Amino acid sequence: MAQVVIKDSPYNLKRARILDVKPLTEKEKLFKLVFEDSTWLDFEPGQFIMVSLMGIGEIPVSVCSSPLNRHYFEICVRAVGKVTNSLHKLNVGDVIGVRGPYGNGFPIKMIEGHDLLIIAGGLGLAPLRSLILYAIDNRRDFGEIHILFGCKTPGELLFVDEIDEWGKRLDIHFACTVDRADPDWKGNVGLITSLIPGVDIDPIRTYAAVVGPPVMYKFVIKELLAKGLPVDQILLSFERHMKCGMGKCGRCQIQNLYCCKDGPVFTFKEIMDMAEAL
Amino acid sequence: MKIEQYRILEKSKIEDFIDSLISISKVVAPVYKGFKNYAFQKIKSSEEVSLKYIPTIIPPKKYFMPQRETLLKFDIKEDLKIEPVVEYENLILFGVHTCDIAGIKCLNMVLSDNPKDTGYLIRKKHITIIGLECNDYCDEYASCAFVGAHMPTTGYDLMFTELSEYFIVHIHSSKGSDIVEKTDLFKPAEAVHIEELKALRNNKLKIFNNEVPTERRYLPDLFDRSFNASVWKELEQKCLSCGNCTAVCPTCYCFDIKEEVDLTLKAGERYRVWFSCQLDPFAKVAGGIDFRRERSARQRHRFYRKFRYHIDRYGMVFCTGCGRCSRTCMAKINLKEVLTSLIKESEAKIWRKWL
Ligand SMILES: Cc1cc2nc3c(=O)[nH]c(=O)nc-3n(C[C@H](O)[C@H](O)[C@H](O)COP(=O)(O)OP(=O)(O)OC[C@H]3O[C@@H](n4cnc5c(N)ncnc54)[C@H](O)[C@@H]3O)c2cc1C
Ligand code: SF4
Ligand code: SF4
Ligand code: FES
Repeated sequence: MAQVVIKDSPYNLKRARILDVKPLTEKEKLFKLVFEDSTWLDFEPGQFIMVSLMGIGEIPVSVCSSPLNRHYFEICVRAVGKVTNSLHKLNVGDVIGVRGPYGNGFPIKMIEGHDLLIIAGGLGLAPLRSLILYAIDNRRDFGEIHILFGCKTPGELLFVDEIDEWGKRLDIHFACTVDRADPDWKGNVGLITSLIPGVDIDPIRTYAAVVGPPVMYKFVIKELLAKGLPVDQILLSFERHMKCGMGKCGRCQIQNLYCCKDGPVFTFKEIMDMAEAL
Repeated sequence: MKIEQYRILEKSKIEDFIDSLISISKVVAPVYKGFKNYAFQKIKSSEEVSLKYIPTIIPPKKYFMPQRETLLKFDIKEDLKIEPVVEYENLILFGVHTCDIAGIKCLNMVLSDNPKDTGYLIRKKHITIIGLECNDYCDEYASCAFVGAHMPTTGYDLMFTELSEYFIVHIHSSKGSDIVEKTDLFKPAEAVHIEELKALRNNKLKIFNNEVPTERRYLPDLFDRSFNASVWKELEQKCLSCGNCTAVCPTCYCFDIKEEVDLTLKAGERYRVWFSCQLDPFAKVAGGIDFRRERSARQRHRFYRKFRYHIDRYGMVFCTGCGRCSRTCMAKINLKEVLTSLIKESEAKIWRKWL
């Protein structure tokens, strides 16, 4: 059997070097990466990449930096298992493999000119950060921007310096809540759904972008519908097990959709009648 | 039917033909394995080949998308070196039934969809397909006429059809015509042969009748009405979740990606292996949530994946009617029976509305 090298294989990887590693919480680290061939990652907010540690495995991870940044890209990784724990052990200068970007991302061109309501649960802030940074970089293209962020405990809040900045800006409405407070916590306590009734939005002009743990969606959608948001203006990003990232391996299939290729971002309208989606 | 594209091979010369194929290239053909089982495997002589056979245990999919296939080789020594690779060889597949050719067409559809699976396409280019038409059903499990896979259409290089005295051979590609020239055993077809072939095909329309009490064109409608059918719940009680049905299916292509490091812990490879939507970890995500925990949901997914989802995505039914899933199932879950029950159930629903 002949074995030949095929550079144009869709499984080929690009070498990416770690420029910086920053611990965000006990479980999450932010990695700053550049491609060694000096090309840049051309992606849309909400898209993901496949990250490889050779000999250990390959996993899907959302890009969390601004898509306009051509100097580096960032991923925020929670240590939960084999690959993610090994990633956490890497240092500046180490090289990983990257392919992508994959998926459809948030429909920026559709959102532009509208108000934006961002709802992030825990690590869901990672893909949404990319959208937020894009909206901030193009502030004039968007109407009002509301950001709601919820975590289990104050210790799990991500990007604390940044959310502090967002909180101080006059052109952004930012609110944050935790399920369980600690003695130092002065902010909201309660589920993220408790923040939604309080935001003042014009449902007809607003796109909502929601990313969080699977349990969150049903409850958040209920609140958004109660606010009068049209079903095609509710954008959800789903997480499924992914192996190929390009609509072949079948792992991420939600009925007739491939989460990796048709998603991960779907409008509520697209999936509201699908039993296996939520 | 353009007569120039047809040749005639005397029945007594079929062995010579197969032996001359062996002298050109590696040849794979159906071989009897005992207990009514057949397998595609490499042959050394025409004597090993079974011309009359029922679908092999594993379909020829295994040559297009091997059960285990290396995707990348890597070396972590000083500097990380990564090389995407493909393994291929020149191969003639002899004696492929039309249902299995339909299965290969399904794989083509998925793997040539963007982004193209380069490895698959390279391997495919090196494989020659010589078909063998069935003039009658293989056995009671087949439902090839229902999905339209019982007649040769495209997807082969040469197609052999047995007539009373001869094989008539359709040349469908330059690869096929090269073989015909090289082996030098064929005669031009004459009008009588073409007439006999036409008669045979007409007769087939009578022999091969819809095995399921509906027509293919009603499938989208049937399945759109059947997501909550009680048929799925009944399968829940029977199915063992062993994954055999998907392993033997010519249109199942789902896979897992794994990797292995050698003893030096420096070099290794990333590879893909067949995987099954019927197995436990398939649809699990972080936090232990399983979007298809119930066996009923998994079986339903398998059937929708064959008869509904891919009609939207690729415009094709992803079942070839080969009957392998039913033949192999230890729980005796039978594809034709499941479809028939679905039809009955949906009819009952519609009737109830009318009464
Ligand atoms: C589109 C998408 C975007 C994601 N973005 C991020 C992100 O920005 N940051 C982040 O930390 N995580 C993200 N994840 C989740 C991340 O892929 C998993 O945490 C990671 O795959 C776990 O791998 P592991 O080897 O460390 O864990 P394992 O030891 O393999 O398993 C731990 C858990 O993770 C699940 N898991 C394992 N492999 C995968 C996989 N290939 N796809 C999905 N789930 C898997 C398992 O079911 C298990 O419950 C994203 C997932 C998807 C699908
Ligand atoms: S072969 Fe039969 S028992 Fe096994 S998973 Fe398939 S349907 Fe279930
Ligand atoms: S579903 Fe069953 S009959 Fe249809 S192609 Fe697959 S194995 Fe053959
Ligand atoms: S990850 Fe393979 S099909 Fe979506």
